[in-house]
Amino acid sequence: MQNNKMAQIWQQISRNQILIPFAALLLLALFNLIADPSFFRITLKDNANGDPVLSGQLISIIDSGSELAILAIGMTLVTAASGGQDISVGAAIAISGSVLLRVLCGSDSRSEEMQAPIIVAFLIACVVSMLFGAFNGALVAYFKIQPMVATLILFTAGRSIAAWINNNELPIVKDPSFSYYGNYIPGIPVPAPFLIAIVCFVVTWLVLKFTTLGLYVQSVGINEKTSRLNGLNPELIKLLTYVLLGLCVAVAALIKVSRISTINYSVIAKDIEMDAILAVALGGNALSGGKFNMAASVLGAYVIQFLTTTLYKFEVNAAALPAYKAVVVILLVVMSAPTVREKLSALVKKINGSASAEKT
Amino acid sequence: MREGSVLELRGIYKSFPGVKALQNVDFTLRKGEIHALMGENGAGKSTLIKVLTGVHTKDDGDIWLKGHERPVQIHSPQEAQKLGISTVYQEISLCPNLSVAENIFIGRGDGQFVKWRSMNARAQELLDSLGIAVKATQQLASCSIAVQQMVAIARAVDMECSVLILDEPTSSLDESEVAKLFKLMRKLRNDGVGIIFVTHFLDQVYEVCDRITVLRDGTLVGEYEIETLPRVQLVSKMLGKELDDMADIKEAAPAYTDKGGVPVYEGRGLCSTEGISPFNFKIRKGEVNGFTGLLGSGRSECVRTIFGADKVMGGTVMMDGMTVKITKPREAMKHGIAYLPEDRKRDGIVADLSVRDNIILALQVKTGFFKPFSRAKAVEFADEYIKLLDIKTASDNTPIGSLSGGNQQKCILARWLLTHPKYLILDEPTRGIDVGTKVEIQKLVLKLASEGMSITFISSETDEMLRTCSRLLVMRDRKLVGELTGDQLTQTAVMNTIAGGESRAE
Amino acid sequence: MLNLSNGLRRDPGKRMTDTNLLTTITIAVFLVMYIASILILGEGFRKPQQMLNLISTNAYLIILSCGMSLVMITGGIDISVGGVTALVAMCCAVYLDQGGGNVFVSMLIAVGIGLAFGVVQGYLIAYLNVQPFIVTLAGMFFARGMTTIVHTNPFNVENESFVALKDFRIVLPLLGSYTRKGKYIPATIEIGVIVALLIVIVLFCVLKWTKLGRNFYAVGGNKQSALMLGINVKRTTFVSYVICGLLAGIGGYVYFLHVGSGSPSHAMGAEMNAIASSIIGGTMLTGGVGNIIGTLFGVLSLELIKNIVASVGLDQAWWTGITIAAMLCIFLVVQSVIIARRKKANASAAAEKVPKGGVT
Repeated sequence: MQNNKMAQIWQQISRNQILIPFAALLLLALFNLIADPSFFRITLKDNANGDPVLSGQLISIIDSGSELAILAIGMTLVTAASGGQDISVGAAIAISGSVLLRVLCGSDSRSEEMQAPIIVAFLIACVVSMLFGAFNGALVAYFKIQPMVATLILFTAGRSIAAWINNNELPIVKDPSFSYYGNYIPGIPVPAPFLIAIVCFVVTWLVLKFTTLGLYVQSVGINEKTSRLNGLNPELIKLLTYVLLGLCVAVAALIKVSRISTINYSVIAKDIEMDAILAVALGGNALSGGKFNMAASVLGAYVIQFLTTTLYKFEVNAAALPAYKAVVVILLVVMSAPTVREKLSALVKKINGSASAEKT
Repeated sequence: MREGSVLELRGIYKSFPGVKALQNVDFTLRKGEIHALMGENGAGKSTLIKVLTGVHTKDDGDIWLKGHERPVQIHSPQEAQKLGISTVYQEISLCPNLSVAENIFIGRGDGQFVKWRSMNARAQELLDSLGIAVKATQQLASCSIAVQQMVAIARAVDMECSVLILDEPTSSLDESEVAKLFKLMRKLRNDGVGIIFVTHFLDQVYEVCDRITVLRDGTLVGEYEIETLPRVQLVSKMLGKELDDMADIKEAAPAYTDKGGVPVYEGRGLCSTEGISPFNFKIRKGEVNGFTGLLGSGRSECVRTIFGADKVMGGTVMMDGMTVKITKPREAMKHGIAYLPEDRKRDGIVADLSVRDNIILALQVKTGFFKPFSRAKAVEFADEYIKLLDIKTASDNTPIGSLSGGNQQKCILARWLLTHPKYLILDEPTRGIDVGTKVEIQKLVLKLASEGMSITFISSETDEMLRTCSRLLVMRDRKLVGELTGDQLTQTAVMNTIAGGESRAE
Repeated sequence: MLNLSNGLRRDPGKRMTDTNLLTTITIAVFLVMYIASILILGEGFRKPQQMLNLISTNAYLIILSCGMSLVMITGGIDISVGGVTALVAMCCAVYLDQGGGNVFVSMLIAVGIGLAFGVVQGYLIAYLNVQPFIVTLAGMFFARGMTTIVHTNPFNVENESFVALKDFRIVLPLLGSYTRKGKYIPATIEIGVIVALLIVIVLFCVLKWTKLGRNFYAVGGNKQSALMLGINVKRTTFVSYVICGLLAGIGGYVYFLHVGSGSPSHAMGAEMNAIASSIIGGTMLTGGVGNIIGTLFGVLSLELIKNIVASVGLDQAWWTGITIAAMLCIFLVVQSVIIARRKKANASAAAEKVPKGGVT
């Protein structure tokens, strides 16, 4: 009886996806609590401009995890619909950021004033980014190339294209209002990237609520044939998810570029594709597509930032981080591999079986 | 083992989650005979063959092979090959990127090296001796499907096997190629090879086979000498109806009368990429008709063409007298056609989604991208149909994949009923589900028709069709060959039309 | 019977196997580019040494691409090779410089690291059915991260016997040239070139004349059929990754021999170059089609293009990335179109052939 009950509870827990990133978050929090409780301290300090802002490790996590969380939204959709991931998001951020700066600075990379309103520059960057998304999507949906290989093209060329757009100059935006988006808006003590991320979550929530996107994407990802027989156009829906990811990329690029008011083509958003994929996986979403849980992915993104910040705190070299994350990825995919799952569940049954046998 | 037999199966059991595919099946193959394995879809033929070739592992029972003192265990296709069991599958199981010669010799023999010259020479010799006009060095993908199938046969023949399994090898061959294959089969038989031949073409069975084993619903019906089993009796054994039952007259279905007027749906000269001969078809308001024919006769392909599920290659369509274009499912849905597909798992359910999402899917697509149903509305829809069709599920939130086959089928039926179609196509709605549900579905069909819906109903079970349909269209060899109405709607007449050829019983 | 063979003769292109067709295209493209650059750009391209330098610099890439082609023929992909190259170079450098070690042992280290990667990744992919891209992506990040963990900063190796080996040149007779003053400069290549050519020859023979080699093609052509034909699909897949890992180890050492230093930024993007070379060399991403000779010419074409781009004045760094991506894109789309046309041809052939063998 007890075994049954335990099994039921276990089933319920394992069924609720959001518990996976949540458990990981708790684990990390607990670790930090033991190692150094000051990790959780939040203080109100004046920043360089004299505005009072919140600071502390937790604030830095929600601040610098924002781009990742925004990307995770698009990556979740792409993963669900096409059963593969877009590895070009880092390169696409470089392109989008480059376009943004190009429009803002015009031909003179050191101009004192902005040549165009920020909103115009941002919209242009969005359009460009969505076009590149459409390029990826078209290769995947219509030419039937595996997503990761199709996006390899942009992964290879992206940073070069970004450099080319600005003639390899590094334009600097001197207007302070541009830096608000990546830092703090005067008078608001919460980091602006986090606010932007929240706006993105709300928009995503509204889109999922007021359109049938979620249902369509999942049904295409699970069973393309059935979807077609129910009047959906699987190719178009896949394409759409890549375009939406392009939009997410543009928003992330705005934050990234705004943080430093300039761009470094080879370093900006480096390895972020790995983190975005990891966020989706950590959110308990199958990397082979199908059902998704957006909230879990977003939480997964912040968990990864939590991990990164923790590692930094223990003075791990930034360049060595991928090694640790790679280990996490491998553990995740191995645990979720069907063959391993079967063996594990057989093992659990066996243990349960022998336990109940002992009792009788 | 008995004297003279090369292979004996005793008491074979095999089940998959939710399905008992084989129950206590015996099978004996004698030296130097061609043995037909017959049965309708789901009878267990393919499972039996996959057990023999090591693709599936049996749950229970013994496989005896000549020359082995104990029952043999077969765990993989390699082991089956080593034991002298070679197989030609219906779906060509060769590598399209390799040459013909390589496909014949790969995965066989000893040594680590490939001797191209001698391999090509041997392959060419083999191909020539079998009269297959193809160069051994050619890439397989550049050959026609028929030649590819012949290459697969050549490979199987060359393996010095004692048991040769031919699993519907003729479905892609034309008459002269079939004749050549039969010549080859007879030669091998005379050399002492035991051949298991699976086909759904009755003529072929009576042309080459010595003996017939019939399976139905995973159990053995019997083993017969070819001379003692006339064609109509064979069909009746496969379908599970003795001749006495066949005199049954249908009870419930209303008589068909062509009242004239404008048909709900009319198609002329329809054809698709799936290779059916162009056909004409129409259906009137409140009519229930059906396509019948053996498996592979093209009955599903016909309705798939009507719905636009396969790529439509030609033909004109009129709905309520208006010419319309239907080449995609979406267009068919717009004009009020609904289609419940044959392969529930592949084309019907979206396994990981909830019962609710599965039920509202089609109506949601019809309603549009920017008008999602509220959760409450969706629950209302789902609950209404869960109640109406008596779908047994824990809640509307349960993933459809965890339901039993019959309940899954009801969900998909609910999905289409929710769209309130003018014309409903049901392709094998009763396959693989329990008797109670079958009857429910048939009753529902008649009720819907009486309310004015037009319905096309396809089933492998003829009595179901007779009970529900007022008009039957008979398919054979991917051609529409007959139409039965009124008094003609009897088991005997249907079977005779299906079987063709010698059409009298006895 | 006769009409069958006639039908085949109608289209001579069809009689060529896919592998040969794509290889021929690659070699033709290379020759056209080379001759054109000699005729039009002249100068440097006319000297054989130019070409020999190109080969010497890219000997490691030839080796990596060979491994990549092998896994791609088997239907997989390995993007960890660049990371492994950097890790091998760093480990050997640290060993030679700080362990005061023996050159021979350093070679063993290189091979050992490569094999370890191959075995682990191969096991996860072949026996646990994890997606190759995810596994090897993690492998790449792990290798990159480990490189930094082993040693953070770039440095040159000064071990005497190693430097002697590094500076050793093989003189080729007859290919030398005269300076303007009439001084003879002999044509030379590095040892790595010999290693690379040996590997090309050995691998070519393995793929052509051994059963194992043909099994790679069969598995890549159609996994299910290969199983039915009696091939051990899992073991074959596993072996392909082990060989690829081994070649990454050897390639890493050849790279090390060329640059003579360890650095975390070594061989950046080498995996993408290797994939691009394989694809340009006629290896199909979908598996089953490819040729090592084609791969060799794929590498040469890629490098030649880079040289041409540079010498026509587009010497900004980004042109390289864009050119490679463009070439990759073109070849990918060509492959996808070839597959689509083949499928269509088969479908129409099936439609033409309404079976008539049934009851009449």
